Amino acid sequence: MMLDPQDWSALWLTVRLATTVTVLLLIVGTPIAWWLAYTRSRLRGVVSALVSMPLVLPPTVLGFYLLLLMGPHGPVGALTQALGLGMLPFTFTGLVVASTFYSLPFVVQPVQNAIEAIGRRPLEVAATLRASPWDRFWSVVVPLARPGFLTGAILGFAHTVGEFGVVLMIGGNIPDRTRVVSVQIFDHVEALEYTQAHWLAGGMVAFAFFVLLALYTLNPQGSFRK
Amino acid sequence: MKKLLSLLVFACLASPVLADEVKIAVAANFTAPIQKIAADFEKDTGNKVLISTGATGAFYAQIKNGAPFEVFLAADDETPAKLENEGAGVKGSRYTYAIGKLVLWSAKPGFVDAKGDVLKKGGFEHLSLANPKTAPYGAAGVEVLKKLGLFDSLHGKIVQGENISQAQQFVASGNAELGFVALSQVWKDGALTSGSAWIVPASEYTPIRQDAILLSNGAGKPAAEALLKYLKGDKARAVIKSYGYEF
Repeated sequence: MMLDPQDWSALWLTVRLATTVTVLLLIVGTPIAWWLAYTRSRLRGVVSALVSMPLVLPPTVLGFYLLLLMGPHGPVGALTQALGLGMLPFTFTGLVVASTFYSLPFVVQPVQNAIEAIGRRPLEVAATLRASPWDRFWSVVVPLARPGFLTGAILGFAHTVGEFGVVLMIGGNIPDRTRVVSVQIFDHVEALEYTQAHWLAGGMVAFAFFVLLALYTLNPQGSFRK
Repeated sequence: MKKLLSLLVFACLASPVLADEVKIAVAANFTAPIQKIAADFEKDTGNKVLISTGATGAFYAQIKNGAPFEVFLAADDETPAKLENEGAGVKGSRYTYAIGKLVLWSAKPGFVDAKGDVLKKGGFEHLSLANPKTAPYGAAGVEVLKKLGLFDSLHGKIVQGENISQAQQFVASGNAELGFVALSQVWKDGALTSGSAWIVPASEYTPIRQDAILLSNGAGKPAAEALLKYLKGDKARAVIKSYGYEF
């Protein structure tokens, strides 16, 4: 005996969730990181603080407010119902939305650091060569900030896989929809199914190690390494 | 810095124990009554009660792994029996402190009819339950659905709370239109506290006998034994009854 079909379903769901969230985070996070890197606006501090809040807040706070906001009496719930999307708690989409908030700083910060490291000069040079802003982004920023994007993507993916509290509060533990690996492990432990818990939990330990190993070997940007 | 640290550690270790303290683990459905009973007990005896609430299955795992609880008020009778057999509970200390009732509850008035026909009629997206694997009221809810022959058709609408409190919270916040919860959570002094409900007839599910047990940590501790005795007394029973439990 190793993993039962429910465990596999939880694993597959987790991979799907983390992949979706990572793609979304790169799309949403990049413009935010770009803006934070270049803006002289006074709002910079406010936006930075907002983006970083999930680092500080307990997942229960986020889960609690998301449950109320996305529920039938909350403004987000009213909006999604008006749009005909139904309600978000207990759905895969709901987990995607919650995880995107929750993992945002893990993508924005590395990307922002990488963009800041490029500085204004290469972009100004590109501009004098008549590169459009779009062109400047794709031919200058993306190649030069690639390590930052890579780090952000890996951290965003891994952090979503490792999420528990928020999912527990808004997920409703539904097989194939919201029962991710971390919740499945919790259930196994509560039901005293320690063998299955070990398989999944041990797998997560290995996963975390190899992800971080990949991160540090692919991206060996130590300060004195040049 | 080092001095400060050792001072802190000292302060933590040396927190004075004035009166006797009883650490109890309580099934989530019994949260409201135990708070009232514990307050009375503290007033009457001068002992202090530290209450932890949660799912019975979770407490079992914690107790087996060295949790410091002295008394356990479970949501079923199997878990305390198991603890006794495995030597984690004191032999002969077990008794049924309450028989729980299952209720199908909605936060919306008029949503659940007095016979529970709403289950057949539908008109809801989510039916909330406590995790049937670990929570007796969740298992009782599944039993009712199966007996009504509705489990297969409603299966896709079930959302699970980790314990009965979370199951209720999903309903209370409106995220699930209705759910199976413990009567004690929505009942006070002979009436529903809010919403609408079907009190499931006791014939539809195995009786939820909730047993209490003195755990090994509490063996020989007067305060722990006193609490278990107090729970059987008239004053405590009146409170337990007011939340819709039987004996």
